Amino acid sequence: MPSQLVRKLAANEFVITAEIAPPRGGDTSGMLKAAAFLAPFVDAINVTDNQGANMRMTPLVASGLLVREGIEPIMQLTCRDRNRLALQSDLLGAAALGIHNILALSGDDIGCGDHRQGRAVFDLDSVLLLQTITAMNNGLDMNGAPLSGATSFFAGAAAAPEVEPFAVTRPKLSKKAAAGARFFQTQAVFSPERLAFFCESVQPLDVKVIAGILVLKSARMAEFINRAIPGLKVPQTIVERLKSAVDPAAEGVRIASEMAVQCRSLCAGIHIMAMGRDEVVPQVVAAIHN
Amino acid sequence: MIVSTQKPLEQIMTALEGGKRVFIIGCAKCATVCKAGGEEEVFRMQDALTAAGKEVTGTIVIDETCHMLRTGRDLRSRREQVDEADFLLVLSCGAGIQSVAEASEKKVVAGTDSKFLGNIRRFGQFEQRCSLCGDCRLNDSGGVCPVTVCAKGLLNGPCGGMEDGACEVDQNSRCAWVTIYERLERQQRVERLDEITPARDFAHKRHPNSLVLEK
Repeated sequence: MPSQLVRKLAANEFVITAEIAPPRGGDTSGMLKAAAFLAPFVDAINVTDNQGANMRMTPLVASGLLVREGIEPIMQLTCRDRNRLALQSDLLGAAALGIHNILALSGDDIGCGDHRQGRAVFDLDSVLLLQTITAMNNGLDMNGAPLSGATSFFAGAAAAPEVEPFAVTRPKLSKKAAAGARFFQTQAVFSPERLAFFCESVQPLDVKVIAGILVLKSARMAEFINRAIPGLKVPQTIVERLKSAVDPAAEGVRIASEMAVQCRSLCAGIHIMAMGRDEVVPQVVAAIHN
Repeated sequence: MIVSTQKPLEQIMTALEGGKRVFIIGCAKCATVCKAGGEEEVFRMQDALTAAGKEVTGTIVIDETCHMLRTGRDLRSRREQVDEADFLLVLSCGAGIQSVAEASEKKVVAGTDSKFLGNIRRFGQFEQRCSLCGDCRLNDSGGVCPVTVCAKGLLNGPCGGMEDGACEVDQNSRCAWVTIYERLERQQRVERLDEITPARDFAHKRHPNSLVLEK
């Protein structure tokens, strides 16, 4: 299956991605329904990997099922739950299933999820995972030993444009690019100015920036995110806007749409995080196209 | 030093079920400093066990319980009290507990949990700075260990959970990578962070490990 994501990014066409979570059970019908609903509006769909360290179906299988449905996945792969053998063998499995896009992540702390007594692996980190993917694309494993054939992954990495202190994170972004990241999917951004600064900062790296757009539902949700989700900060101005809105859910879509529209002139695409409200994704997408 | 903490008394009592007589062993080194098994703690344990109906046949605080030959020798010096006991309750690190187990066929009860190799901040305050990874990377990271001080042990920079310089895992701790960055910046060698640090070699961490110095 030729990758829409690769083609559009190469052609400097604005890309839109969304995300789904694999199920907490063996029944994939709900996940496939969600993916089928989102597919007409987006270029690719991220498949999360035990997100927030909460146990779910492996994204390898979930992404493979999307491919079978003709939907392009971006398989998220974290270093938290797999050592270097498991990472590479899952990557070979992904290649066999026709999964093309990989988002290489370190992974959230295991202590924030539903298996807190578990052992976090972190044998590799995201930079080393990207290096491994690049090696595999060159027909080698991470030790330089030949594979029976080269893979053709399109690898991406995470970035946090609004994190402070940004300077501390900047060298790692260079390393991610050097290790083979071709796109950054960012943490939620709320400030166009900050996104512009970020894009300018990483411009020399020649990595496409796909900005994270978070669709909030209420001030309470924003406050929960600020309290409980690592690396995500909703600014107080947005929280206030949601608080004073007559219809906070609609206001959340408006906030997301405004940011999405701003992204058109700033970066290569957006990644919509609908926080369980997939039905609003078409509205945000429509805002961009208008 | 090895930082250990005493197990809750109920757990120790459970481990001592089925026997009445107990010989208590402390350690004069690390376990004394972290108050898990020095003179004072051994004395208190004796009181607690007596109050709970046990008979303490004797106590000893060995100078470095991890020293296997010395532990064996010291226990032999108390042979009668040791022989009388059903259990040897050891208040030292796990290494010391096993020195005792090697020196005696008696049932050994661990009265502590060994936590980490600790730096001493001040009296009663210990911090983990080194994980004994066997493959020191401090030369690449400004003298701050990312393997240990970064909660995820990440070698190439902070994770996405760092916020305002704080660690994702413990908001009250500073992100190790912020400390590393700031140190290297002050030393005008922040460009070191542009080099990819290769994956760790966990062959150094295989256990049980041993070292025999050449004569």
